Amino acid sequence: MFESLSSKFSAAFSSLRSRGKITSADIDQVCNEIYQGLLEADVALGVVESFIEKVKSKSLNALPTLQSGSNQAQAIFEIVNAELIEILGGQARRVRLAKNPPTVIMLAGLQGAGKTTLAGKLAKHFKDLGDTPILVASDLQRPNAVNQLQVVGESISVPVFAPEPGNGVGDPVAVAKAGVAFARSKLHNIVIVDTAGRLGVDEEMMKQASNIRDAITPDEILFVVDAMIGQDAVKTAQAFKVGVGFDGVVLTKLDGDTRGGAALSIAALTGKPIMFASTGEKLGDFDLFYPERMASRILGMGDVATLAEQAKKALDGESSAKLEEKFIKGEDFTLEDFLEQLEAMSKMGSMGKLLSMLPGAGAMKKQIENFDESEIVRTKAIVQSMTPQERIEPKILNGSRRARIASGSGRKVQEVNALVDKFSAAQKMMKQMRNGGGMPAGMALPPGVPAMPAMPGMGKKPSTPPKKKSRSGNPAKRAVEENS
Amino acid sequence: MGLFGALVAKLTRSQISDLDWDQAKRDLLTSDIGPTLADEVIQSAKKIKGDDARAGLISVLSQFLSDKPRSIDLASPLSVFLIVGINGTGKTTSAAKLAHYLKKDGKGVLLGAGDTFRAAAVEQLQTWGTRIGVDVISGKDQSEPASVAFDAVQHARDHHKEILIVDTAGRLHNKSDLMNELGKIKRVIEKIAPVTEVLLVLDATTGQNAITQARVFSESVAVTGLILTKTDGSAKGGFALAVEREMGVPVKFVGTGEAIEDFHPFDSAAYLEALLEE
Repeated sequence: MFESLSSKFSAAFSSLRSRGKITSADIDQVCNEIYQGLLEADVALGVVESFIEKVKSKSLNALPTLQSGSNQAQAIFEIVNAELIEILGGQARRVRLAKNPPTVIMLAGLQGAGKTTLAGKLAKHFKDLGDTPILVASDLQRPNAVNQLQVVGESISVPVFAPEPGNGVGDPVAVAKAGVAFARSKLHNIVIVDTAGRLGVDEEMMKQASNIRDAITPDEILFVVDAMIGQDAVKTAQAFKVGVGFDGVVLTKLDGDTRGGAALSIAALTGKPIMFASTGEKLGDFDLFYPERMASRILGMGDVATLAEQAKKALDGESSAKLEEKFIKGEDFTLEDFLEQLEAMSKMGSMGKLLSMLPGAGAMKKQIENFDESEIVRTKAIVQSMTPQERIEPKILNGSRRARIASGSGRKVQEVNALVDKFSAAQKMMKQMRNGGGMPAGMALPPGVPAMPAMPGMGKKPSTPPKKKSRSGNPAKRAVEENS
Repeated sequence: MGLFGALVAKLTRSQISDLDWDQAKRDLLTSDIGPTLADEVIQSAKKIKGDDARAGLISVLSQFLSDKPRSIDLASPLSVFLIVGINGTGKTTSAAKLAHYLKKDGKGVLLGAGDTFRAAAVEQLQTWGTRIGVDVISGKDQSEPASVAFDAVQHARDHHKEILIVDTAGRLHNKSDLMNELGKIKRVIEKIAPVTEVLLVLDATTGQNAITQARVFSESVAVTGLILTKTDGSAKGGFALAVEREMGVPVKFVGTGEAIEDFHPFDSAAYLEALLEE
């Protein structure tokens, strides 16, 4: 996401960095490029204008105090970065839990913004945190919205309160109210109320939304908005702000090649924080929104913080502790361990999504998009077709064993060979690292985050290495880099 | 003031200052026609001479429209229409509305529920089918969409239907595997009957990304027409003009509301007129 915007910013700044001494004309030019880039990215015109004005005046003010050389460009870069973070809402904000449960969350937005899917994702998010969410089906408008919510709820084992069949039948206000009462009686601590999509200009439907609000007095009203929205963001956000009011924003479909203008527009226009970002069709594709990380992505600096966090979450304590211990004791890293790592990787979400968080990801856009996710599944199939003995001791894999594994996993023998070869190479690398010689600085293993081995099986990996060298010593990021 | 309202007001005045053109450009930008096209329209409009500035403006805009026919292709005894687009633009609703529209016209219509991915999408189409009295051919949830499409086209042929409308799952245009799947659906259908229309559903509230969507969908399935949905909101859908201009793909229908009747052939003159009003 944000590739187009971030490449515009990168281009603008690389030309700025090449200047010896920056003049006010250079600043004008950078601002013009950013102006055009923001408009092409669908940032609302008014927001673009005020953004440019601020950046320009701050840069011009700072200019006399700056040393010449790349520090000047860097200082201006920092000004833009700070402005972006400022617009995006500064501090990250989370759902405020009610003092007396349940915490009631109401979703509102245009048709097709992705409210029902988001309701499921939100419920899963809370369930994973140990809460006891319940979904309330108050979209009685769209055919089979109720049914959709039930399917979603079932897939994540979250109950759905749906007394009405929908399809135009039933009173959404009554359902919402009864849903909250039901949740209270069953001691659910979080209630997520899905509502029908509505256009900002539809007064009747906006009235219905405010009636639902008044009936259930939600702790949080979340405005769900499609990240691809255009200039209409201004009117729609305003209509929802006036019509129902909202406390936070959720951006959906951020996995498209959206230019992300909506993130800037909505945050700037409403002054409400973007709280969550929804980034895929799987119910786990859901992220907390961090303004500073988003700004960093827009500026082409990647989002290493999120990547590291996801790695930590996925590589749960037990398996990683085990691996670390093995590593320290000098035991061999086996295919069994490798399989566990693969499982963990797939828990982190799609590889394409992970790779796109690396700095310089914009440059490998095509490769990331074409990354074949099923490659991991195939690799898993091959390892799973091995006997436990073979997984621990890959060297016993002779021709007939390999043939058996190939037919067992439905892959070609060559693929099995390739996997074994790459695995041996990875094993060798691990040994070298342990023996001291090959261990690069900063490679010490922090607790909880094991070094991920090179991943064989990722045949169609991006060939372009990330442009920037990593600055942090983060092993999770490095592991992914090593594989790219 | 409407999209070009301010511009018109200024054009009709005898003196046009530089500031007015700036304002006019801002109006164009907020319509989502995009910075590049906005620049071009302004350049052309500045050259217009004559008394009727509004007519001149319409003519500037209309030269960007596609010159391909806006009617749908019904030449084949069994015509198959594929409904495609990204998630949440209103494909399923549009499929049902189109079926209803053609049925009213006396055509034998069948619907194919090719969105086997989104939870309850099949049921959504079936509900519509029941309401409008059009049969819906579906497979099981998560079944192969191409196989559902094949069943549907067989059924359409065997029951002498004139038109089959196949709904497909929403897919983001940057997922190349999903885009390839569309090509497969089309190929499978064409073993039995020609796909005479591939209709891309675009949401009028979208920004410049809609142009990318049109471009990528056109590359993978040769889009023949657009359906512009949610035009009853405050969004102006200015990108449609940019799409017509760049790809020559005409808007064929517009969705104007949630009711089954809220669906009309695209009227380019009315579209441009409406762009000039609030």
